[in-house]
Amino acid sequence: MGRYTLRRLLQLIPVFLGSTFIVYALVWGLSDDPFAGKCGQRACSPAYIAVMTERYNLDDNIVVQYLKYLGALFTGDFGQTASGTEVADVIANAYPTTIKLAIVALVIEAVIGILAGIVSGLRGRGFVDSLVLVSTLFLISLPVFVTGLVLKQVLGVELGIIRTSVPNDPSIADLIVPGFVLGSLSMAYVARLTRTSLIENTRADYVRTAVAKGLSRRRVVGVHMLRNSLIAVVTFLGTDLGALMGGAIVTEGVFNIRGIGGLVFKGILQQDTATVVGIVVLLVIVYLIANLVVDLLYAVLDPRIRYD
Amino acid sequence: MTVAASHLLEVEDLHVEFGQGRDTASVLNGVGYHVDEGETLAVLGESGSGKSVTAQTVMGILDTPPGRITGGSVRFRGEELLGADPERRRMLRGESMAMIFQDALSALNPVYSVGFQIAEQFRFRRGMSRKDAMARAAEMLDLVRIPNAKQRVREYPHQFSGGMRQRAMIAMSLALDPELLIADEPTTALDVTVQAQIMELLDELRRERGMGLILITHDLGVVAEVADRIAVMYAGRIVEHTDAATLYAHPGHPYTRGLMDSVPRVDDVAGAALRPIPGLPPSLSAIPPGCPFHPRCAHAEDVCAAEVPLLRELGGDHQAACHFAERFVAEDPDRPTTHEVVSR
Amino acid sequence: MTEPLLAARPADTEPEPEPDAAEVSGLWTDAWRQLRRRPLFWVASVIILVLLVMAFFPSLFTSIDPRATDLAGSGSEPGPDAIFGRDLQGHDVFARAVYGAGPTLAVGVLATLGTVLVGALAGLLGGFRGGWQDSLLSRFAEIFAGLPFVLGGIVILTTFNPPGQPVPESRLIFQVVTTITVLSWPIAMRIMRAATITAKQQDYVKAARALGAGPLRIVFRHILPNTLAPVLVYATIQLGAFIGAEATLSFLGIGLKDPVVSWGVMIAESQDRVAQIPHAILFPAGFLVVTVLAFVMLGDAVRDALDPRGR
Repeated sequence: MGRYTLRRLLQLIPVFLGSTFIVYALVWGLSDDPFAGKCGQRACSPAYIAVMTERYNLDDNIVVQYLKYLGALFTGDFGQTASGTEVADVIANAYPTTIKLAIVALVIEAVIGILAGIVSGLRGRGFVDSLVLVSTLFLISLPVFVTGLVLKQVLGVELGIIRTSVPNDPSIADLIVPGFVLGSLSMAYVARLTRTSLIENTRADYVRTAVAKGLSRRRVVGVHMLRNSLIAVVTFLGTDLGALMGGAIVTEGVFNIRGIGGLVFKGILQQDTATVVGIVVLLVIVYLIANLVVDLLYAVLDPRIRYD
Repeated sequence: MTVAASHLLEVEDLHVEFGQGRDTASVLNGVGYHVDEGETLAVLGESGSGKSVTAQTVMGILDTPPGRITGGSVRFRGEELLGADPERRRMLRGESMAMIFQDALSALNPVYSVGFQIAEQFRFRRGMSRKDAMARAAEMLDLVRIPNAKQRVREYPHQFSGGMRQRAMIAMSLALDPELLIADEPTTALDVTVQAQIMELLDELRRERGMGLILITHDLGVVAEVADRIAVMYAGRIVEHTDAATLYAHPGHPYTRGLMDSVPRVDDVAGAALRPIPGLPPSLSAIPPGCPFHPRCAHAEDVCAAEVPLLRELGGDHQAACHFAERFVAEDPDRPTTHEVVSR
Repeated sequence: MTEPLLAARPADTEPEPEPDAAEVSGLWTDAWRQLRRRPLFWVASVIILVLLVMAFFPSLFTSIDPRATDLAGSGSEPGPDAIFGRDLQGHDVFARAVYGAGPTLAVGVLATLGTVLVGALAGLLGGFRGGWQDSLLSRFAEIFAGLPFVLGGIVILTTFNPPGQPVPESRLIFQVVTTITVLSWPIAMRIMRAATITAKQQDYVKAARALGAGPLRIVFRHILPNTLAPVLVYATIQLGAFIGAEATLSFLGIGLKDPVVSWGVMIAESQDRVAQIPHAILFPAGFLVVTVLAFVMLGDAVRDALDPRGR
C-alpha cells in the first residue's frame, strides 16, 4: 500500500507538469504582444513594460519562464497580479467560499442522490422507481446555468425566498440553493449509480448466502448489500469533489458568488495572466490529489484490490 | 418406505412458476421428497430440472418475484413452512437448516473477512460479543480442517483457494449446528482431487452431527459414493427414487438409464462412443403433454404422449414415473456396478 | 444513430461469419429487438429527427429572418405577430430558436465525432500495443483529463479568440469543437482502451493470432467490432452533453457568439433581462433541454439494450 501510494505520487508529477505547462504556455506564450490591450486604448508606457517584463521574466523563452515560475511556486510564491497584489492573497480570500460551496454541493448530492438511489433500487419497479428515473433524466439534461437561472428567477425574483446575489463571506444557508444547482448533475449520477449497483447486488450470490444464514433483512441490506454498492458511489463522490472545486465557475457566475470561479473568469477577461495561472495550477493540484485519495480509498474499501 | 410420524424434512407436491402470462415457466410440477436425520438424499438431474429451485423453496430464499409458489407443502419436523411467518422461517435458517452453494467465491461477500462472515451468525443469532464470535469462527474453520485457522480467520475470500473457500462455506453453514444441510452442487466448481476431499468432509460431518444432508448434483460419481437414497429430477418432477444400489442395478426410468449411459465406463471398449441422451430438456414454458421425457425417449409409445405417468411404487422402496417402469427394471441386463461408475 | 451501424455490421458482408462476428451481430440484433420495444427510444428518435430537419431546412419551419430586428416590438410578449415573442433587439424568438438548431447540433455532432475519433484511435493503439506506447498515451491523456472542463475551455478559447474581436462563423464553430474535443478525448480513450484490452484477451483473438492473422486484421476484424458497443453508448449520451457544453461556453461569452445564432447564444444574450423578457430565455432553454434530453434518452435506451445487466 505504501509503495503503491509512492508510485501514484510519482506518476502525478508528469501529469502536473504537463497540465500546468499547457495552461502557462497558452496564457503567456501564444500572444505576440503580451501588452496588447493591457492599458486600455493607449499603448503601455515603457516603464510599465519594463516592470512587467522583469516581474514575469518575459525576456526568457517560454520554458525558462515556466521553470522560473515553478521554482517560485515551490517557495509558496504564486507571483503578483497585474496591479501588484500577491496572487496567493487573492486566492486565499476567495478559496474558502468556493470550498464551502463545493462541500455544500457534495453533501446535498450525496444525501439526496444516495437516498433516492436506495429507495428506487430496493423498491424495484413502481412509482418511486419511475419517478427517480425520470427526474434524474431531466437533471442530466439540464445544463447547470439553466437550472441556476431558473431557480434564481423563481426563488429569488418572484418568490423572494433567496437573495439573488450571494453576499461576501456567505453562510451555509446562503449557499444551499447554489450548492443544489452545482450538485444537481452529479446528484442524478449518484442516484443512478446507487440504484444500479444495488440492483446488481440484490441478485448477488453473497446476498442470497446472507439470507440463507438467517440474518435479518436490515442486516442483509445494511451490511451486505449497501457496503458493496456504496464502494462505487463513494469513489464517484471523491472524484466529484475535485471536479466541483474547479467547476463552480458557472454557478458562481449565476449567483454572483465571489469565489475562485469568478476570480478566474474576471482574470481572463482582464487578461490578468498571473492570477489565471495561479488559480489553474492550484485547481489542477486539488483535482489530482482528489483522484489519488479516491484511488487509495478504493483500496481501503475493497480488499480485493491489491496494489503492489 | 418407513412411514415415520414425521420426517425431518418432507416436501410434497411442490409447484413453482416463473414469469407471467404466455412466458410462464413451470419450474416445479409436483416435486416431493423427504429426508431423515443422519441420512443423505441425493437429488440428481440436468441443469434446469428444478433441483436448486426446490432447495431454495425449502430454505425460503426463492426470489419472489420472479418465482411463485403455486401449491404444495414443505414440512420441517411436521411444521408447515409454506405460508409460515417470515420471521419464524428466518429463525429456522442457519439454526435448523443451512445451505451451501456451488460457487463459494461469489457466495461469500468479497469485502468482509471470512471470519467476519462466520462470526455474524454467532453475534446476531447467539448474541455473542465480536471477540468471542471471532474466536468461535476460528474454531469452525479448524473444524473443517483449514490449517492456521487463527490467522486465516482474518483473511478475505479471494485470499483462499477454491477448496478452502468451500470449506469456509461449510464452516459458515454449520455454525449454528443445523439439523439439515442442503449442499447445492458443492463440488462442481472444484478440481477432482479437491472434490473428493470436500465430499469426504461433508459425509464425515453428517455422520458426526447426525444431520440430514440433501446433496444436489448432476454428477453420478459423487452420488454413488455417499448417497443413501437418490431422487432423479426431470422437468420439475421426480421421475425416479430409490436407494443407490437399486438405482444403478435396475433403473426404472429411461431417463435415469440415459444419464448412466452417458457417463464413460471403465469397461468400455477403447474408442467406443458414449451414448448421450438425444435432444435437449424441454422448455419449461412449453412442457410437452404426457410424459415430459417422451420426445427424447427411444422407447416412447402412444400412451407416453397422452398420459402423464405418475410416480408409482415398484416394490422395495423403488418408485419411478414411467408407464413401462416394470419392464425396464426387469429386462435390464447390462448395468455397471456402483463401483465402476465411481472409478471412471 | 443505430441504423447505419446495424447495416454495416460485419456478419452481413461476410459470407462465413467467424464466431466473434456472429457473436457481435447477435448482440446488435438482440439490442435492436430490445430497442424497438422501448417507447423512450421512439420518442427520442422522433425528436432527434425533427431537430435534424430543423437544422438542415430551417425555412420549412419559419419564413421569418432570424436576424431581422423590429426595435419597436422589443421584448414583446408571445402573440400572433411573433408566436414566441421578441427579444430585446426585437428578433423573432421562434425564428431564432429554429435557426439556432443548426449551429447547436453542428457543434454537438462534430465534437462527438472528434472526441470519439481521437479517443478511439488512441485507446485502440494503447490497448492493442501495450507497453511504452500505452504508458505514453495514457500519461498524455491524463494531462488533459487533469484540466477541469469549464476552466480549460475558458483558457483555450480566450487565448485563441480574445474577447472583443469579431470572428467568422465557421472559425468560431471550429474553435468550439476543437476545444471540446481536446478536453474530452481522454474519457473516450479510457473506454476504448478498456474494451480493447478485454477483447484482446478473448480466446478467439488469441486463436486468430495463432493462425497467423496480421495485426491490422486482428484489430479491424476481431477487436473493433467488439469495442463498438461501449463507445457507441458513450457517444450518444455525450452528444447531448456536448450540446449542453456548447451552451455553457456560449453562456459564458466565450463560445459561439453573434452573428452565429445558437440556443446558448440566445440565453447568454437574454440573461440580464430575464426578469423583464422571460420568454426570450425560456424558449431557447426549452429547446436546449428537450434536445439534450432526447440524446440522453436515446443513449440510455441504447445502453440498456446493449448491456443486459442494467435491468
